[in-house]
Amino acid sequence: MSISAADAIRLDATWSDPPGWRGWLCAVNHKTIAIRFIIASMAFFVAGGVLALLMRLQLAQADNRLLSAQLYNQLFTMHGTSMMFLFAVPVMQAVAVYLVPLMIGARSVAFPRMNAYAFWVFVFGGVMLYVAFLAGQGPDVGWFAYVPLSGLHHSPEKGVDFWAQMITFTELSGLMEAIVIITTILRMRAPGMSLSRMPLYVWGMLVTSIMVLFALPAVMLASTALITDRLVNTRFYTPAHGGDVLLWQHLFWFFGHPEVYLIFIPPLGFISSIIATFARRPVFGYPAMVLSLVATGFLAFGLWVHHMFATNLPELGKAFFTAASLLIALPTAVQIFCWIATLWRGRLNFRTPLLFVLAFFAILVLGGLTGLMLASVPLDLQLHDTYFVVAHLHYVLLGGAVFPLFGAFYYWFPKFTGRMLGERIGRWQFWLFFIGFNVSFFPMHVLGLHGMPRRVYSYPATMGWGELNLAATVGAFMIGASVLLFLINVVRSWRGGAAAGENPWAAGTLEWRTSSPPPPANFHLPPVVHSRFPAWGEQEMPAHVSGLSVTQREVLITSGPDARPDHRLRMPEPTPWPFLCALATSALFIGSIYTPWAVVWGALPVAIAATLWFWPRRARSELPRRLEARP
Amino acid sequence: MRRLLHAIPATLISAVQAAPSQHNALQPAGVQAEHILRLWQGTLALCTLVFVLIAAAVLLALWRAPRASADSAPDLAPLNRTETGLRRAVSWAAALSGIGLVALLWADMHTSRALAQLPADGALRIELTGHQWWWQATYHDPLSGARFVTANELHLPVARAAIVTLRSEDVIHTLWVPNLHGKKDMLPGRVTEIRLRADLPGEYRGQCAEFCGEQHTLMALLVVAEPPAAYQAWAARQARPAAAPLGQASRGLQAFMDYRCAGCHTIAGTRAAGSIGPDLTHMASRQTLAAGTLPNTRGHLGGWIVDAPTLKPGTRMPATPMPAEDLHALLTYLETLQ
Repeated sequence: MSISAADAIRLDATWSDPPGWRGWLCAVNHKTIAIRFIIASMAFFVAGGVLALLMRLQLAQADNRLLSAQLYNQLFTMHGTSMMFLFAVPVMQAVAVYLVPLMIGARSVAFPRMNAYAFWVFVFGGVMLYVAFLAGQGPDVGWFAYVPLSGLHHSPEKGVDFWAQMITFTELSGLMEAIVIITTILRMRAPGMSLSRMPLYVWGMLVTSIMVLFALPAVMLASTALITDRLVNTRFYTPAHGGDVLLWQHLFWFFGHPEVYLIFIPPLGFISSIIATFARRPVFGYPAMVLSLVATGFLAFGLWVHHMFATNLPELGKAFFTAASLLIALPTAVQIFCWIATLWRGRLNFRTPLLFVLAFFAILVLGGLTGLMLASVPLDLQLHDTYFVVAHLHYVLLGGAVFPLFGAFYYWFPKFTGRMLGERIGRWQFWLFFIGFNVSFFPMHVLGLHGMPRRVYSYPATMGWGELNLAATVGAFMIGASVLLFLINVVRSWRGGAAAGENPWAAGTLEWRTSSPPPPANFHLPPVVHSRFPAWGEQEMPAHVSGLSVTQREVLITSGPDARPDHRLRMPEPTPWPFLCALATSALFIGSIYTPWAVVWGALPVAIAATLWFWPRRARSELPRRLEARP
Repeated sequence: MRRLLHAIPATLISAVQAAPSQHNALQPAGVQAEHILRLWQGTLALCTLVFVLIAAAVLLALWRAPRASADSAPDLAPLNRTETGLRRAVSWAAALSGIGLVALLWADMHTSRALAQLPADGALRIELTGHQWWWQATYHDPLSGARFVTANELHLPVARAAIVTLRSEDVIHTLWVPNLHGKKDMLPGRVTEIRLRADLPGEYRGQCAEFCGEQHTLMALLVVAEPPAAYQAWAARQARPAAAPLGQASRGLQAFMDYRCAGCHTIAGTRAAGSIGPDLTHMASRQTLAAGTLPNTRGHLGGWIVDAPTLKPGTRMPATPMPAEDLHALLTYLETLQ
């Protein structure tokens, strides 16, 4: 069975975003939004990286006076903030918004307009922070913004307010994306894609998104309390008036530690996808892999106090958090063992995506092991807030997230664009990154043990930290060169790379059973799934869903763990209202940095925009009514 | 890039001592740091073993697995049957990991208990308060009964415990003297405590470890561990008020009052009783200025008095320009505060 050419054209027209500038503002197609989202978060990655290079220049030698203390403090605050809030979590959600519907055989994400709104809110929040920074109003209290240093008394400038509002922007966006992804996964899987046939990556995104729902409200609450402390003189964090400085730390790390896993779990899914494809066999131990992801999601909420071992919390309580912090290594270890087992029995197709995944084994394992050291109260008391922790967190976050993310880009770029990324330049990029990374961050372990604290803009020559810091700087510039190579590769390949075809890696999951790049409706014929790897092996019948409109944005909603067809649903059309509503929301948020009345008056435009967004239109409801009456 | 680095002017603003004091978690000078070092060595050994095993397993897998291309048909057999051999291997590896983690947990608990059990009979008591960006220490020695206030430099008698009570006047700071012990936070609104014991005489550097604002970098502390007799002599000197100045020094004291230094600083035995900046009663006995920012020499002290904000931007010490003769008198006086 196949679709007629005329129907294919009509279907493409139905699901396309409007052309030209209207398309810029009105787009709701998940692929359009996702590509923009990925580009925006990668732009913040590059910006955060440039700030890191400036910091490394300053630290390259002892007693350097290239940057002032104030600017240096702003740089590390902006670097941490960019990487954690504007890059790592959003880019994982952005990639998911592209891939999840394709992997589960859906035509769209759930709530496509909310998806667009979440993207615009994210962009406006990030741009606001960078505009403030470039205008000399950058925050300078660290990405963790501990009170009372971030309170009005010690930081009277507006930088902290911009930082705290940026939290509101990005977490609002993150929460909405989580709702979009969870709903998409639970209700829009192709018929036959039972939970036990879901790709491991989709499982990872389900776990991640549910974690987002519990983790992000904690930091939004904390930052809102900080804003009200600063703006209207509430005293949540003022000890003299019954507030508590540790309240901030509890709330921040109750978000902050799970956040590491929000960044880390999606790449576990990348790795499972890439290993299965390039070892030419399913990843060993599917139930163990899924249970490990779920266990990680639960345990991640029981670790936050290991950031607070130097405070005066009860010792017995700290012991509990040591145990939990050690225990969470187990599910990750199980996944690593399963991947090694897969490689062991596999036949390997050695391509660039696999290289990046193999780097994960070296770097993430090392970062995980230093994590076990930091889980120990006595060791943490020495290592906490030193360069040892800087080394650890970069081994975990670059090894656990950025290396697999680059692997994922090499793997899925053909699907995104229809063209292959250059393989030769890819290998150069990989080796520059891998060597540069270790040259840069391995010496930091030693620096930490030799007593170099974090967040210092300088150090005396007598401390003897100069050589290792110079090495770290050289490595950092190698990483910079590697990222530059990647950007060149992307631009060149997007313009004139080799055509990819439907399934260039002969992979097994659903996204490879449609053209590259996919048509606006993802699949001309929505698939029916009969196995965990629908693109591998014989095609079973029925192969396709039939009966969905080609002139309406209709999707099939399924229900239950087995994804039984439930009902057809019409998805909304492109519209500028998410964009306008995000503008109004931004005006409210930014205005409230200056006056509490912005919350009152700023709510009016938001309410108007949201009302028009949902305003029912007769023309739109007429046809479904007729169809209901006479199907 | 190299050339750029060399072009950057390097001024030795914070080069402190000729012979650097120790600042290294791997060279314990006290029993607490010694316990932690032993735990570190054991943990490092176990983790290195695990890393080597995993790396070997990955490399072996890569070496033995046959090569394929995208044309190779995928192996779908594992979807329909259990691979008993692999399952056994993965289960064993997971079980061994569990045992390793329990071993680490046991070692952590064991060390925590050892740290908490430092004998504190007749311990010296010090109250240490964090300020942006310096340390104020109030000594109370229950054996000699001596009480005095000093700043930025602690002296400890070797082999005798000190119970250090930690407070903060402004933001969160963290005490960290790596050769002696791990860190403890100084939290506004809360009181924390750390027990230190230096077992080897020597000079150990400490530094604030929690980011505490613009000059977090320039918030160092010096700990001098010395034999009990030397410590007693030091404590006795610190407990005395400043000697009455003579000659040019008395003109210096006058300058100290005229230029309103006394608004912030205390010199016991004079009318200067400010409490915003460090106690200066025996400032000449200290090795550094402004919490490890500068060596305590006449030249640096003069520069600091005249223009502190340039040397440590953000400091609350104002620039105090004055005629050369006043400055010289003031420096001569301050140098008598041994």
